[in-house]
Amino acid sequence: MCLAVPGRVLEIEERDATRMAKVDFGGVVKDVCLEYVPDMQVGDYAIVHVGFALQRLDEESARQTLELFENLGVLEEEFGDHWGRAAKDAGAERPAGTELPADRSEKEARS
Amino acid sequence: MKYLDEFSDPVLAERLFDDIRALTTRPWSLMEVCGGQTHSIIRHGIDQLLPDEIRLIHGPGCPVCVTPLEIIDKALEIASRPDVIFCSFGDMLRVPGSGRDLFQVKSEGADVRVVYSPLDALRIAQENPEKQVVFFGIGFETTAPPNAMTVYQAKKLSIPNFSLLVSHVRVPPAIDAIMNSPDCQVQAFLAAGHVCTVMGTREYPDLAARHEVPIVVTGFEPLDILEGIRRAVRQLETGEHTVENAYPRAVNEQGSPAAQKMLADVFEVTDRSWRGIGMIPRSGWRLSPKYREYDAEYRFSVTGIETEESTVCRSGEVLQGLIKPHECAVFGKECTPRNPLGATMVSSEGACAAYYLYRRLEAPTVNAPAANTPAKEASSVG
Ligand code: SF4
Repeated sequence: MCLAVPGRVLEIEERDATRMAKVDFGGVVKDVCLEYVPDMQVGDYAIVHVGFALQRLDEESARQTLELFENLGVLEEEFGDHWGRAAKDAGAERPAGTELPADRSEKEARS
Repeated sequence: MKYLDEFSDPVLAERLFDDIRALTTRPWSLMEVCGGQTHSIIRHGIDQLLPDEIRLIHGPGCPVCVTPLEIIDKALEIASRPDVIFCSFGDMLRVPGSGRDLFQVKSEGADVRVVYSPLDALRIAQENPEKQVVFFGIGFETTAPPNAMTVYQAKKLSIPNFSLLVSHVRVPPAIDAIMNSPDCQVQAFLAAGHVCTVMGTREYPDLAARHEVPIVVTGFEPLDILEGIRRAVRQLETGEHTVENAYPRAVNEQGSPAAQKMLADVFEVTDRSWRGIGMIPRSGWRLSPKYREYDAEYRFSVTGIETEESTVCRSGEVLQGLIKPHECAVFGKECTPRNPLGATMVSSEGACAAYYLYRRLEAPTVNAPAANTPAKEASSVG
């Protein structure tokens, strides 16, 4: 949970008077708040933690880190199916109401 | 054995290992503060590839592991209420409270949801005005600014049905407490990189000077960790104790001023109890009086909770680097990720889980050729 994942800013918009961006993490796209790194522009890379950009990153190190995280399974841990994993670990049924939404936009984006 | 070619740049990794070997003349004990670093170290077998003189002690830097039992029990109680939607990061689901965990509470019918970001919880609150939406705000200095911003937003947008169950912890007081402990064996620290991304490095020179201990700000990737170790060993061998930044692509001296400003507005420093370790003065944050109405503990007046900690779990000693996970009698037997007795077995950043996952079931026998055996198995699962 403590790790922060690098991602690339795809588009920026103002929402509820807050600077928000769509950020691409090697195929998974998430909403990210830019308030802590206000000068981020489309195409820039940032280190993102729980939906907040914390620091700008250069493209080369961002790519390297993303590749490594992909191999380590960190991306799956960060964006994957937490209920499914918890159920598997517990040797139990997935609790009702945790079914994966049919339109997993991030899954589609990934493939 | 994890082989060098598993590193992203094996040539550079080999050079760093060579450098560390050449520098090392005496035994040294280094603590990596962050659980993400522990995970990376065990996964890549860095501890086994290092010279025998270098011992890595796994620190308390997994927020899931150190969240006090009392807060988990409060979370379970709040989550069980019919009018509540309880939102949490996914790695809190299986952390045992006194008897239950969030996964079980959800199975029993409570509305518990996993979110990626605290802002998702705020959106859920906007969409469900008839419900109370509570977000479980745990984490170190890296996670505190996002949670602070979310509370700030809730107030700014007048979202009355959102609150935060806060259990944030701060790293520098923990380093101080570890160095003050009479059992302390740590001679140098690899500080947690992303904590410093937010806070900068300014809190560390005083600690390094006072305890005469080298502190090297270190990232999470295997090569970052090797570079951190190389610098720490160099300082130890030459008798220095300064703060070095081995993670400059993500960390600078002043950190993120915007995040620090938000932290100072929304939170105030408080004493916090760390699971398995106990109370560390000024080691945490709680909501400042201005944001009191967003404090879930206050809103739901969860007090007088009787906690019941496992009597066999030695995670406190694991978290302080006093024992290795496999030295706990129930490691891998009664205690596994499927049936965790302590939080260090739950989170993948916890030392017990990292050891279990990568099959470190036996104590490494230093200097004996057989030391490679358990690690050999690791390559087949990793
Ligand atoms: S192996 Fe389990 S019981 Fe033992 S210290 Fe680790 S978490 Fe606690």
